[in-house]
Amino acid sequence: MMETIFERPKALADVPFHYCPGCTHGIVHRLIAEVIDELGIEGDTIGVAPVGCAVFAYNYFNCDMQEAAHGRAPAVATGIKRANPENIIFTYQGDGDLAAIGTAETVHAATRSENITIIFLNNAIYGMTGGQMAPTSLVGQVTQTTPYGRKVEMQGYPIRMSEMLATLEGSSFIKRCSVDSIKNINDTRASIKKAFQCQIDKKGFSMVEVLSTCPTNWGLSPAESMDWLRDNMMPYYPLGVYKDVTGGDR
Amino acid sequence: MSKRDRLSGNEAVSVAMRQINPDVVAAFPITPSTEVPQYFASFVANGMVDTEFVPVESEHSAMSACIGAQAAGARTMTATSANGLALMWEMLYIAASSKLPITLAAVNRALSGPININNDHSDTMGARDSGWIQIYGENNQEAYDNFIQAVRIGEHPDVMLPVMDCYDGFITSHAVENIELLDDDAVKKFVGEYNPGESLLNRKNPISVGPLDTVTHYFEHKRIQAEAMKNAKQVILDVAEEFEKLTGRKYGLFEEYMMDDAEVAIVIINSTAGTAKETIKGLRAKGIKAGLIKIRVFRPFPVEEIAKALSKVKAVAIMDKCDGFNAAGGPLFNEVTSALYGRADGIKAINYIYGLGGRDVSVQDIATVYDRLLDIVNTGNIGEVYNYLGVRE
Ligand SMILES: Cc1ncc(C[n+]2csc(CCOP(=O)(O)OP(=O)(O)O)c2C)c(N)n1
Ligand code: SF4
Repeated sequence: MMETIFERPKALADVPFHYCPGCTHGIVHRLIAEVIDELGIEGDTIGVAPVGCAVFAYNYFNCDMQEAAHGRAPAVATGIKRANPENIIFTYQGDGDLAAIGTAETVHAATRSENITIIFLNNAIYGMTGGQMAPTSLVGQVTQTTPYGRKVEMQGYPIRMSEMLATLEGSSFIKRCSVDSIKNINDTRASIKKAFQCQIDKKGFSMVEVLSTCPTNWGLSPAESMDWLRDNMMPYYPLGVYKDVTGGDR
Repeated sequence: MSKRDRLSGNEAVSVAMRQINPDVVAAFPITPSTEVPQYFASFVANGMVDTEFVPVESEHSAMSACIGAQAAGARTMTATSANGLALMWEMLYIAASSKLPITLAAVNRALSGPININNDHSDTMGARDSGWIQIYGENNQEAYDNFIQAVRIGEHPDVMLPVMDCYDGFITSHAVENIELLDDDAVKKFVGEYNPGESLLNRKNPISVGPLDTVTHYFEHKRIQAEAMKNAKQVILDVAEEFEKLTGRKYGLFEEYMMDDAEVAIVIINSTAGTAKETIKGLRAKGIKAGLIKIRVFRPFPVEEIAKALSKVKAVAIMDKCDGFNAAGGPLFNEVTSALYGRADGIKAINYIYGLGGRDVSVQDIATVYDRLLDIVNTGNIGEVYNYLGVRE
């Protein structure tokens, strides 16, 4: 008997990704699909796709998906969840979507402790529009709108969304992960599972921030991008749990 | 003196912005207008302009920042498309009613939903009643020339309204064409300094911008705004005349192409006018008296002038790259037919919705519209008024 040790998650559609080579969007898609399989919730899950490079996310998950306008995913997810409280609702959002144009929706979904799960891809840039500065771009980072690097005097400081949302009474589970190594990929999968479980247990708002790469707009090879993430993003965006009240009553 | 170059529409507009050297630019990226603020950001970084460039977090904030800056007495600019323009909506009306002549490069893209990044006019047509002046251009040269003129038009004391320089996404914004650029100094001289009569932080004359206008003043306020839009027509013509002296390039409220003896005509906006001109050349070679009117100024709408220009044709097709969803026709159709009413009655007018979401329109497609017009002239039978070109039914 041959033993199957690796297969495509059932929740992941059998189509090629449109992402650039070395882009971590694909890894995170796969992790979400694995978690959906493990929890056996494919038929109950509804995803909300963002505007950003993941705009085609609806092509990749085998669950129902709704496309939101740029930044509005948490509000759309709120509507879906309120109408169907028994379903599992997740949004998938980049840092432009979640931390720039959609900051208000993100913050207020958390303050209301909406029982939804946000998967937040932080690649420190607006990928889809061709690499402009995002609120999460690091000081000194070269982007199309900061050709000599982000300057604090002109563009201010990068925003730490996990830390900020953790201060809100309404948030229940907030964790920052990374997909730069096998160990961290496994941890990201476990964290996404915990976030979905938080929702299944009706514990309220959960978000997993995933530090990610954009080799195309960072102008680096996929391998160099991983180094850049470790050397530059991790010190400013430390990995770890920022909020976990899933053990108590909610 | 001018200089020949090869630039995309977005590059050309960003060069115009550099030459103008505005005080503040606040913008958020959106395809296909992203390149305008992006090129401009490099001019700022390279010290070629001394503009405050603010990469804000959304278009709502972009227009809000423009409003603040312009009210404070700064010459202010931005660029956007489609959903970005839609997100500015609330602020568009406030900019116009506060007499703030902001200049906006509005790179036409289909408005969601469904989400689409290609060209049509549903974005700026949706904003047509926001109180902004709207000027449209067929190609890179016109996008550039209109942007420079927009500053003078908006800032004229009789007008003081914000202006959109509208041109087609990708077709004009991204295609590289030959273009004639003015010298930097000539542009600076042409636009001059921005000296608003009133602005914030004028110690001698403290003012409030945008205060509550109740039932006692709101109506009069709107009436003044309407008058400014009426005044804009003459100012647009005067600025165009001055621009012609400088460049030799002639602009009016619209362009008439082969209209002198035209029996059948179409009215159209932006880049597809170029396609239609090719169609007309072919028809003229066969002896068919076909003509075209290309709208340049949509707000204010040149009602009398359009009626006069169309008064001698027998049948006209008005082409909308945007549906009206009023079960009657597109926005340009409604404007043109109401212009004809009482001024040039009896002309047979039909409407075609075309090119939505970037659907390609060929010389042959436009030829079918002229065929239809000729049929109307020959049979006297107008048939369906509200039509679609190139859609699968
Ligand atoms: C209202 C509105 N403004 C701007 C845009 C253009 N836009 C599309 S994607 C994007 C940025 C996406 O960046 P991010 O969320 O970080 O995702 P990434 O592409 O990096 O994965 C922007 C500004 C839009 N679609 N809608
Ligand atoms: S542009 Fe960046 S974020 Fe988008 S698919 Fe390519 S690498 Fe990924």
